[in-house]
Amino acid sequence: MSSLREARRDPAVEPFLRIEGVTKRYGAVAALEGVDLSIWRGEFFALLGGSGSGKSTLLRCLAGLIQPDGGRILLDGQDMAGVPAHERPVNMMFQSYALFPHLDVARNIGFGLKQEGAPKALVRERVGEMLALVRMEGFANRRPHELSGGQRARVALARALAKRPKLLLLDEPLSALDKNLRESMQFELQRIQETTGTTFVIVTHDQEEAMTMATRLAVMDRGALVQVGTPAEVYEFPNSRFTADFLGTANIFEGVIETVTPDGARIASKELDLDILAEGEPPKPQGSRAFVAIRPERMRIARATPDDGPAANRAVGRVRDIAYAGNVFLYHVVLEGNAGKEIRVTQPVLRRITERPVDWEDRVVVTWDRHAALVLPE
Amino acid sequence: MRQIGKLALPLGLGFAFLYLPLLLMALFSLNDSRMVTSFSGFSLRWYAALWRNEALMEALFLSLRIAAISATMATILGILAGFALARLGRFRGRTAFAALMAAPLVMPEVIIGLSLLLLFVALESAFGFPARGAGTVAVAHATFSAAYVAVVVQSRLAELDESLEEAAMDLGARPWGVFRQVTLPLAAPAVGAGWLLAFTLSLDDLVVASFVSGPGATTLPMVVFSAVRLGLTPELYALATLLVLAVALALVLAWRLLRRWPG
Amino acid sequence: MRRTVVLALPLLWMAVFFLAPFVIVLSIAFAEAAEGLPPYAPLLRWVGDGLPVLQLNLGNFQLLLEDPYYLDAYRRSLTVAGISAMLCLLLGYPMALAIARAPERWRSPLLLAVMLPFWTSFLLRITAWIGILQDAGWLNGALLALGLITEPLHILYTDAAMYLGITYGYLPFMVLPLYANLVKHDTALLEAAADLGAKPWRAFLQVTLPLSIPGMIAGFLLVFIPAVGEFVIPELLGGPGAQLIGRVLWTEFFQNRDWPLASALASALLLALVLPIALFQWRAARAR
Repeated sequence: MSSLREARRDPAVEPFLRIEGVTKRYGAVAALEGVDLSIWRGEFFALLGGSGSGKSTLLRCLAGLIQPDGGRILLDGQDMAGVPAHERPVNMMFQSYALFPHLDVARNIGFGLKQEGAPKALVRERVGEMLALVRMEGFANRRPHELSGGQRARVALARALAKRPKLLLLDEPLSALDKNLRESMQFELQRIQETTGTTFVIVTHDQEEAMTMATRLAVMDRGALVQVGTPAEVYEFPNSRFTADFLGTANIFEGVIETVTPDGARIASKELDLDILAEGEPPKPQGSRAFVAIRPERMRIARATPDDGPAANRAVGRVRDIAYAGNVFLYHVVLEGNAGKEIRVTQPVLRRITERPVDWEDRVVVTWDRHAALVLPE
Repeated sequence: MRQIGKLALPLGLGFAFLYLPLLLMALFSLNDSRMVTSFSGFSLRWYAALWRNEALMEALFLSLRIAAISATMATILGILAGFALARLGRFRGRTAFAALMAAPLVMPEVIIGLSLLLLFVALESAFGFPARGAGTVAVAHATFSAAYVAVVVQSRLAELDESLEEAAMDLGARPWGVFRQVTLPLAAPAVGAGWLLAFTLSLDDLVVASFVSGPGATTLPMVVFSAVRLGLTPELYALATLLVLAVALALVLAWRLLRRWPG
Repeated sequence: MRRTVVLALPLLWMAVFFLAPFVIVLSIAFAEAAEGLPPYAPLLRWVGDGLPVLQLNLGNFQLLLEDPYYLDAYRRSLTVAGISAMLCLLLGYPMALAIARAPERWRSPLLLAVMLPFWTSFLLRITAWIGILQDAGWLNGALLALGLITEPLHILYTDAAMYLGITYGYLPFMVLPLYANLVKHDTALLEAAADLGAKPWRAFLQVTLPLSIPGMIAGFLLVFIPAVGEFVIPELLGGPGAQLIGRVLWTEFFQNRDWPLASALASALLLALVLPIALFQWRAARAR
């Protein structure tokens, strides 16, 4: 994986897939607005976004199922404009799997090779290879309706890989599966991606799925890329309120950058009636308005003593709600002060609960470290 | 919550209404007597008489031939039209095209028959062809049956997951290959049902055929119609019974096939 | 490109064999009847110096409007079709509802059983009713044998027979769209109504019935429109007085050989049907 990152930073290495200013409109609605994106060979790249973000439209442009209104798509140096779907070295695993119900598993997998007029022996060999790859040996003669959801996913993957495409597109491939199966299929997809070395581009609305599987991901909103980076980069350093709250959750506060020192910045938050200290150099100059994101799991919560009051990186409030999720407690805390802002704090459940450390309506003090606070560039 | 309950009674009465006439006909087709209303004994003589009735048998074979030809023409037209409506998206004039294809469904037969006859007469006086006969009947039948086939094909295609065709394209199939390898096999039950429907519509038509047919091309319904006007005979019951049985058999077979069809 | 290939054949076919004939019907409706074949005078005539003269004859339409015979036929056709469609609705609604509420594996065989008569010879099925209804028919035979009547009832060749025949012939057209509508209703709706205290009958009136209105309209139109032009049933079951428009047209064409008048009748019939047909098309387009 480190070699990947190096490749990405080496200006001499051409990206394998280059998307330049791709635009797609449906009437007055812009599904894609000038998307620029580079993906390198062997990456497992995730397009992450809500419904209507344009992620599926972008994927279908790559497959050639729809034509963009503007921009270019270059795959391995070749311009894809005017290349119809059936001539692209790109294959897709569909959300519904789209297995041909009138063909058995072997014929489904061999369908693509048959279109090229590949000799029967080669088709048979490749089908066997693919069945082994997705661990479905012995299912060659089954029809799709005789398979379980997970098995169908495997066949769909095998079929899409059978032609050894330069690029494999996966459209919400696991959304039809239940949670446990989805998790094991995520590992399977990673294993198969590593074994075959194929470049994967996956579309998903499930941030956990994107984080677990992808080497890099792009967060999309309203037809545009909001942020591109490795999962850790995007999670740790979201560039906007949208990504901060879309990937994981975040408490976001508004303030003004008061002082900037080598070891951090001090942001005065009217909303909180206190100062927030953030580590590192802020992306904005002194005196400017800024948003600060703090993740709920990076906050601590404790019962307040009567003389506890707000200070820097330390807020006081009252617990309005507690949700117990087994592994974590999620607290909704209404802060004291003029705005009455509500924040979310999660705490791991470290031991079996006999008594709650903090209870409903308790007056609590919420604290965080300066490295937990991030000043957002946007 | 979902149950028939008290509704079983009206359902039963409805079925009795639909089937009692057919059962009575079947029963009296086996009657020994010439009387069409009182049963005097079991006999197959009317079936034998049917077989010997040359005019009727000739008309039956002509009708079967016309039905097969017109159903095939209607199926080709209907597949194209159904495919266009279900798969070509919102092309310009789509609404008008849909209306034109569906219009024969609601057009009274007398109008279709009269208008087509006038067309054939006009063509004949202008170009010297077509001579009216089996051919013009088949064309007329194909024209109104195509609408039925189009509806059946279109609704099947609308049900089908479009990503199946996209997947085929994605895997390298050209448009014609997609149609031949994926769309057509999956729409086959609808195509078959459409053909069968067109076939029976043609076999059944009296009005349109009466208008557009010419001398020498007398179809089965035309023979039956003039026979009925002269009076009922057990022979007609025998014919009706055979037709009902044949259609029922074809339908049940088609239905069983359709139920197990993939997709 | 692909579009043109797919569209061309059906479009061309329908233009030649469906649209063009209407234009011809309309133009011949303005022609004058004449001896010969075809038995009408051409609209365009060449007079002395070679100039074409268009001669439109409004006499046919004038006759339709002035002769109460034709107006009556129209009125009766619309009434008969309307009443028959209502009868189909009354009979077909409980059937469609029963099938929609039947266990799932029973639904398609039951529906098939409703459709089966539709697929078999219409003419012969109507013939069966002659055997049932005639004075010495099965119905009178049964009633006499049971001692319910002493004299045979005259039913055949009356309006009652005609209504019976049309209802019988078109019942499947009513059941099918109604079923398609009713089977889509979410059972949870009725459960919710029951949960909120509605008795089954009230739940039907307040939930099922209003939701099935589109199905009722579709079924009504599917029966009404073809019934207006029906020829076979009034001819075989109705009395001599059952002069519906289809039958009148038939007589003008085949017996009187008045092609222009038959064309005028067809044009007027089409005009009378334009509104319900447009309604049907609009509903069909919306259903997609």
